[in-house]
Amino acid sequence: MAGSNKINITPPRWLLAELTYACPLQCPYCANPIDYAKYQSELDTEDWKRVLTQARKMGAVQLGFSGGEPLTRKDLPELVKHARDLGYYSNLITSGYGLTEEKIVQLKEAGLDHIQVSIQASTQELNDHIAGTASFEHKKDVAHLVKKHGYPMVLCVVIHRENIHQMPQILEMAEELGADYLELANTQYYGWAHANRDLLLPTKAQFDQAEQIAQAFKEKVEGKMKIYYVVPDFYEDRPKACMNGWATTFLTIAPDGVALPCHSARELPGLDCPNVKDYSIEQIWNESKTFNFFRGFEWMKEPCSSCDEKEKDFGGCRCQAYLLSGDMYAADPVCSKSPNHHVIQEAIDSAKASALADNEKPLIFRNSKNSRLLS
Amino acid sequence: MTINPNQTIKFSPMHRLQWEEAQQKNVILYPEGMVELNQSSAEILKCCDGTRNLAQIVSDLEQKFATTGIANDITAFLEVALKNGWIQQN
Repeated sequence: MAGSNKINITPPRWLLAELTYACPLQCPYCANPIDYAKYQSELDTEDWKRVLTQARKMGAVQLGFSGGEPLTRKDLPELVKHARDLGYYSNLITSGYGLTEEKIVQLKEAGLDHIQVSIQASTQELNDHIAGTASFEHKKDVAHLVKKHGYPMVLCVVIHRENIHQMPQILEMAEELGADYLELANTQYYGWAHANRDLLLPTKAQFDQAEQIAQAFKEKVEGKMKIYYVVPDFYEDRPKACMNGWATTFLTIAPDGVALPCHSARELPGLDCPNVKDYSIEQIWNESKTFNFFRGFEWMKEPCSSCDEKEKDFGGCRCQAYLLSGDMYAADPVCSKSPNHHVIQEAIDSAKASALADNEKPLIFRNSKNSRLLS
Repeated sequence: MTINPNQTIKFSPMHRLQWEEAQQKNVILYPEGMVELNQSSAEILKCCDGTRNLAQIVSDLEQKFATTGIANDITAFLEVALKNGWIQQN
């Protein structure tokens, strides 16, 4: 099963610093764990600085300040400055909520490289509904200010059944706002999105139509705007090469200091994820049980272990295997070779039935009250 | 996209070119991405400082590395760089 000393360990390149679980938005597809409300403690400034220093020394170079809403941390400019001094390329992944021109300038001076603003839809009504907060106009203002102050502007829109019909308007909005990059992220069904899947998962026909529109737009704006299209893996035959392989490239640090090979991994059973308060990043990356758990191929079961594609997709996502089949060693059920592949079609059928039902149940919004109710 | 021979070439302010000690190579960094460069690509990009046009870059690199006949390779690489938004002309 897990871990082997023979495996060649590559150093981390990408560090995701989830500074906090606090967020003024309530997006029902949030990637934070369902039970986030029980993790109240947050690393302090010195802890974060130490983490940044140690990971940089190992070779991490891309740094994402995320959350929750990272702007709720008062020490963000100080952490940005520390990251710049170390040579990181730092990305602020924000809802834009609470971002003022003064702060945008302050962060630029501290050395922030780029700001990614999320927008939930192309209309105020739907944006504010999905975000659970009146935020649409402010987000557009923020997008303009990000451009004005010379940052590359990345617009991120998470796509699901409630907004997929707005694809043409979303693309138009990105063009109007002058986005340098547009991330069209089809919802990945973990955490809150998993809980709301019946209400969020579009049909294959909706996906195909939206993808066609996005593809045509991509050609139109080539050289002006780059499009990152995150594929909807429920409609693929093969799983994604999740995280570029377990603990090969990505390192996530959760708000309370728990180190994770991906941001969903704390939901897997029995991993005993280490905390940066107890160990150095080097110890965690190289020696911990958690990070060695799914390295290499020895942990695999059939059909993965004898599969000629295992070096391409690493058996897919461990968290998705666990969520959908109850077995974190199993092949990702997205794969058509998986004996559990039928659960994907069942999820698609269930979502379709829900869309057609007279009384569709309401979305469960991501907030502390619902977090406590569900965990 | 082709390189205009009369205009100077500069590295894009929306990207960062930097030496990575851990990887022992130069890289281009941009939002959520990184391109690893080989030595010759990095040498070419370092010449894109907004003061030189294509012919000057070729001649400077030929001089620096005491070689000739690299104009086609440099042009081809710069066209890729332009298409990717790593460099600009104006």
